[in-house]
Amino acid sequence: MKKFWRNANGRLKTGLIMTAIFLFIGFVIYYIPHVNPFFQNTYGRKLPPSGTHPLGTTSLGQDVMWLLIEAIHNSLTIGLIVATIGTVVGVLVGLVAGFSGGLTDRALMVVTDTFVVIPSLPILVLMTALMRGNSTVVLLALVLAMFAWAWPSRQIRSMALSMKERDFIQTAWFSGEGTMQVVVTEILPYALTWSLSNFMNATLSAIASESSLAVLGLSPGNLLSLGNMIQWARDRNAIFARQWYWIGSPIVATVLLFIGLFLLITGYNDYLQMKRGR
Amino acid sequence: MKFRKYFGLRLVTWALTILIGVTFIFFIPRMFPTDPVENMIGQIQNRSGQMDPTEMAALRRSLRLQFGLEGSLWEQYVNYLQKGLLRFDFGPSLMSFPTPAGEIIGTYLPYTLLLSLTSTLLAWVVGNIIGLLAGFRKDKRSSKVLEAIAICIYPIPYFLVALILQIVFAFILGWFPLQSTINSMGGLGAYLSSLLRASALPAASLLLVGTGWWIISMKSLSAATAEEDFVQYARFRGLSEGRIGTGYVMRNSILTQITALAMSLGGAFNGAIMTEIIFSYPGVGTLIQKAILQSDYNMILGCITISIVAIATATLIADLIYPFIDPRIRYS
Amino acid sequence: MLKIENLCASYHTIDGQVHVVKDVHFDIFDNEVFGIAGESGCGKTTLLRVLYDIIAYPLQIDSGRVVLSGEKKGQPFHAETGNIRKAWWKHVSYVPQAAQSVLNPIMKLKEQFLDSIPLSDRGEESKEQTLARVQAYLEELSLSPDVLEAYPFQLSGGMRQRAIIALATFMAPSLILADEPTTALDVVVQRGILMMLTRLQKQYRNTLVIVSHDMGVHYQITDRIGIMYSGSFVELGPTAELFAEPLHPYSRMLISALPVVGDKSQRVGIPGRPPSLKDPPPGCRFAPRCPQAFERCTQEVPRFIQVRPGRFAACHLLKEEVGAHA
Repeated sequence: MKKFWRNANGRLKTGLIMTAIFLFIGFVIYYIPHVNPFFQNTYGRKLPPSGTHPLGTTSLGQDVMWLLIEAIHNSLTIGLIVATIGTVVGVLVGLVAGFSGGLTDRALMVVTDTFVVIPSLPILVLMTALMRGNSTVVLLALVLAMFAWAWPSRQIRSMALSMKERDFIQTAWFSGEGTMQVVVTEILPYALTWSLSNFMNATLSAIASESSLAVLGLSPGNLLSLGNMIQWARDRNAIFARQWYWIGSPIVATVLLFIGLFLLITGYNDYLQMKRGR
Repeated sequence: MKFRKYFGLRLVTWALTILIGVTFIFFIPRMFPTDPVENMIGQIQNRSGQMDPTEMAALRRSLRLQFGLEGSLWEQYVNYLQKGLLRFDFGPSLMSFPTPAGEIIGTYLPYTLLLSLTSTLLAWVVGNIIGLLAGFRKDKRSSKVLEAIAICIYPIPYFLVALILQIVFAFILGWFPLQSTINSMGGLGAYLSSLLRASALPAASLLLVGTGWWIISMKSLSAATAEEDFVQYARFRGLSEGRIGTGYVMRNSILTQITALAMSLGGAFNGAIMTEIIFSYPGVGTLIQKAILQSDYNMILGCITISIVAIATATLIADLIYPFIDPRIRYS
Repeated sequence: MLKIENLCASYHTIDGQVHVVKDVHFDIFDNEVFGIAGESGCGKTTLLRVLYDIIAYPLQIDSGRVVLSGEKKGQPFHAETGNIRKAWWKHVSYVPQAAQSVLNPIMKLKEQFLDSIPLSDRGEESKEQTLARVQAYLEELSLSPDVLEAYPFQLSGGMRQRAIIALATFMAPSLILADEPTTALDVVVQRGILMMLTRLQKQYRNTLVIVSHDMGVHYQITDRIGIMYSGSFVELGPTAELFAEPLHPYSRMLISALPVVGDKSQRVGIPGRPPSLKDPPPGCRFAPRCPQAFERCTQEVPRFIQVRPGRFAACHLLKEEVGAHA
């Protein structure tokens, strides 16, 4: 761990710290007992920031800080669920395509490329529009995951193709190990370091997609996410009422979360490259 | 010979991409329990009270016809491919009945194309130039500052950049209108100036994010190219740094960026949709939003079909340009 | 042509300084083919790079300098470490190891030729006129002018290397530095390239410095040869004499490892490995592998002395010829 920190580049360190802070807020501070910020008229309306309400209250009498903390929790959860599904499916499809070759490979790649090329948002819009009213968080996560697997699958496939030619894989093959065993013992560890950056990427884009849908009013109405928080504030005219803490805090939080995750991704990729280069 | 094969392969991929994409969006709504026809009937009943059963059956049949829901699933599918994909005929729009959805999309689409294509290409050009300079002189302070700015802008989702620009430049500073309105009555001059004013902020948000990405990717790409043997040897050959930068580093890195441009069009289109919605810019994005609000499924389906075809075709064009620039594909 | 004066160069890495070129002091004359031989990792490529003045981090010159001087078309020129760059291609050019990657893969050869010809040389000429000159030059080297219309990947390895040599010699430089110019090529092609290089040298009466680990190459084409071991020369002298009677034990081993026509006895390789440059042994660096080493060898670094007229070596077994200087 100490050695990792010494070798890590500036971006990776900054990204790690920023992401860690968000994880801490979303998964530790979140569990401090508090009044459900979803309830309206718990406190006075439009209160300015104070000791009891560090970020003030909304025009519906909700505490902005706890709204924000819960939104961070939910957005991160959605992002992580989507990224997990997307990465697992993507790695499987990519490995199967890369190692089976032939017709299977071509068929899988045509489908994968389609999902990389076609614009995801309109389709997400169609699906969520159809679900409106009975959309749930789990359903939303599943729908988002449909567009999260294609990119990792492409990457893992090209990695698998180059791995196939490497000596140690060939050796394992010739020494009579079965394909499954080779994949599990030799390739999966490689694939995992690769897919870690894909995983973070998928988390980022899932949170982004969810908030885009929220702005369209297509995210589940009972889901307190960063996107919905921004959208609700917009709907309640927080901009015109100049309630900057209400509309501004989720915007700033989203921007920081995304910059942190992006730094983590590029920093991690540079770190991997440097490690491989030596 | 390989050249022709390359073109053939790309054309097949193009056709398959569109086919898979539209098949996907054809079957999805049919897998959901929600039935748009029953939704409509529910809405109509809410508005006009109970209807008599024969009238209702007639209404149901005519609605099913307009939604393309008559016949077996296979018949519906073939019908959709024939009408929708080949003639862009998606049936009547339900929010402005009986105008065909395709016709309405036709009036909104040029605005989206104008906004997204110009901003995408401009971002690509500007971002690559800055990225090249930053990668080629990666130890300069200005390069590092530019990259840092790019890193702080690129990861932010399009709609959020749009929202921030709207709050700052339209609401607080008041330099631009909050909502885009285009004056199509007062002659060409008024039309163009209102178009320009309306497009300024949406285009700026698309440009910021796009440029950020191209700076980041071009910087690392050109820094890697600058380490290649042929660049080192060009230096030994006594070439000027300027010539090395343009003829050797740029010319080689830009190839990768052309492929990357093709791959990024889908994302750029997503961004254009979101940005349009934030600014109510009269494009396909805003149209989609309206269609969602009024459950106009023909319109939604039409918009998506056309965007899939448009993006796949734009990707195809970028892919077809590639061999003209990379001789290795042309000749080997 | 080239004076190398007490040159020391080293790589500065995080783990410390690595001396790759140590106390090298010799001259290269006009109109000769000079060979630099040695095993890989002995510093010969680094030395060549220093001669060409390619000094970039982590490589650094610790002391000494390289002085380039000569005459071209009656005009004298002079440059030394730090500004040899200005003489690049006009007075001194560089032929790299044969590889696909040394030319821009997406640019036709003719464009790369034009790139390498300074505007001052082209004067009022049009592009076509310059290319006609290039074409004439290629024909002179018995290379098809079609090469100009080709991209690097369309040429075979040998063809590409000939084109690179044509590129490097078109400006008629007085000094050509070649770094393992034939290493990656097969034997037949190798011969062709070597013949091309020597033919050019005889015709233009310029100086060719060739770095190669292959003693056969040196035997075939060089006039004088310097043998490097662990960053320094251990022996230097006229090639024919040195091959006939090597003075240093290391040269002797290198030469006896060469196959001789008609000789069926087993060739002996050199036992052991060259020492690490990071942590060299004290005394003579060759001592740990030297069959004739004695106590003094492990304690005292032997000086590089003139043993006979024109022949230099660094070995405690040899005595300096009185009154001579390197």
